[in-house]
Amino acid sequence: MNTRRVVVDKVLLSLTVVALVAAVVPLVSIIIDVTARGIGAIDLDFFTQLPPLANTQGGGMANAIQGTVLLVAFSSAIGLPIGLFSGVYVSEYGRTSRYGSLVRFLGDVLAGIPSIVTGVLVYTLIVLTYQSFSIIAGSIALGTMMIPIVSNTTGEALKAVPNSIREASLALGVRKWRTSLLVIANAKRSIATASLLAIARITGETAPLILTAGISTLWFTGFNQPVASLTYYIYYFATSPFTNWQNLAWGAALFLMIIVLGINMGVRVLTRGKRVYA
Amino acid sequence: MGRRRSGADPAFKYGTLILSSSVLVLALIYFYELYTGSVPTLRTGLGFVFGSIWDPVNSHFGVFPMLYGSLVTSAIALVIGVPVSLGVAIFLSELSPIGLRSPISFVVEMLAAVPSVVYGLWGLFVLAPLLRTDVYPYLERYLGFLPIFQGTIYGVSMLTAGIILAIMIIPIVASISRDALLAVPDSQREAALALGATKSEAIRMSVLSYARSGIMASVFLGFGRAFGETMAVTMLIGNTPLVSASLFSPGYSLASLIANEYTEASSAVYISALIEAGLVLLFVSFFANVIARLMIGRLIRSREAASYL
Repeated sequence: MNTRRVVVDKVLLSLTVVALVAAVVPLVSIIIDVTARGIGAIDLDFFTQLPPLANTQGGGMANAIQGTVLLVAFSSAIGLPIGLFSGVYVSEYGRTSRYGSLVRFLGDVLAGIPSIVTGVLVYTLIVLTYQSFSIIAGSIALGTMMIPIVSNTTGEALKAVPNSIREASLALGVRKWRTSLLVIANAKRSIATASLLAIARITGETAPLILTAGISTLWFTGFNQPVASLTYYIYYFATSPFTNWQNLAWGAALFLMIIVLGINMGVRVLTRGKRVYA
Repeated sequence: MGRRRSGADPAFKYGTLILSSSVLVLALIYFYELYTGSVPTLRTGLGFVFGSIWDPVNSHFGVFPMLYGSLVTSAIALVIGVPVSLGVAIFLSELSPIGLRSPISFVVEMLAAVPSVVYGLWGLFVLAPLLRTDVYPYLERYLGFLPIFQGTIYGVSMLTAGIILAIMIIPIVASISRDALLAVPDSQREAALALGATKSEAIRMSVLSYARSGIMASVFLGFGRAFGETMAVTMLIGNTPLVSASLFSPGYSLASLIANEYTEASSAVYISALIEAGLVLLFVSFFANVIARLMIGRLIRSREAASYL
């Protein structure tokens, strides 16, 4: 083998390592920068106080934390059950049908639709109708985003349950619907994983909230009222010219990263060695 | 059956059927709502897409600068992000020791877990200043003969937005490409190596070409993601409706147009214009994803078959 080819080979192969480094460096830098700049803003006030005025001392993000928790809870209440049972149909009844593959296919496609488009949709359906941003609209937008994701991940998780379980159950005279529940119970770990990942994903969403939940300087005041959220506040404070607001944005980003990356790392550690459908 | 016949079975079946139809209904509602919502500006025809004056006060709604910004930033994202992602994918499937595969995949997937507003924050305060002082001046000095690297250097610009998008599309492009490469049968590699090819020659000749459609699919998915990404771009592109050849120039994108101006949209026509921008985003990303998923369909099936062996 001539040396030129060997050298070219070595160079090309080392380029893949360069690419790997190029992909990892931003992640490491983001984690370090967010931690370093955000840690100072996280104190007791951060969790208990309302956002401060510009150029003042103190204050926190308590209402944004409350808003994010409520938004995630309500949107999960909408998105998880619909997505879950949709996945049950796809796996238990529609596995070989054209309808089943269409649902799966469109689920994949919808999961790739930009989140701002979902915001526009819910804006036209709800915000324009009621002439107000509201936590309801925000939850519907985030819940809508969860449906296709959860439907497909649940479908995959259930398909991985061995058929022998279904056959054993049916052979014992257990009805099909109870058998399906048994199959769900068998896949509960992967379903929980998939649900947690979907929750982590919508916790970090900002764009749809701008068009639906709006923003508020107050605590939660009612279902038909705008509500604060961590992500919207990060955007709002980061693009402001005020240092105290920018510092809080870093603090909120750190808190958000701990939750979102924490969920992601947690489920991956728990499911290590197993196939994860997400 | 001797037992009391129950309606539970059909109820469960049709109940879950109805819930699963929500996915189909959703797809239809997206198009229907965004179409009807943008009828007032759709009537103005192609002036919307090709008009370059965005002046809501005087009801001029030309989104060409935003379309241009979305396309240019997505193109930058692909030009930078795809080679990096392919490198990662090749390392993972062809070179990495088995034990390193899952830690590396894990780290790359974490890039996908970072919320986009955090990318925006980091981009605004860390990446943009760094690029402005330490990278762009050198690009201008050494590559300034190209029109894309001329003009005043700002931190926030189409190039900065494109670079952050490149980072953001790495996880999806890398993971789908990796799956495509892993689905290539070993006989492909062995055949090339047996003919005396070096490892990189074998990868180029027989592995990459075999995985071509999966890699193309990953590129489409990356494009769909970059084209519709909102927060990071909104915070980094400068939000100025300009059509400039220079990548150092601030620009605007369809998604950031919507995010920025919804709160101030007062007239029905203004709102309709923003909804139409959403319709354009929907069309482009929908079809990018459809194409990608059609290409992947084959890949996944062969991968599933392989996993039983």
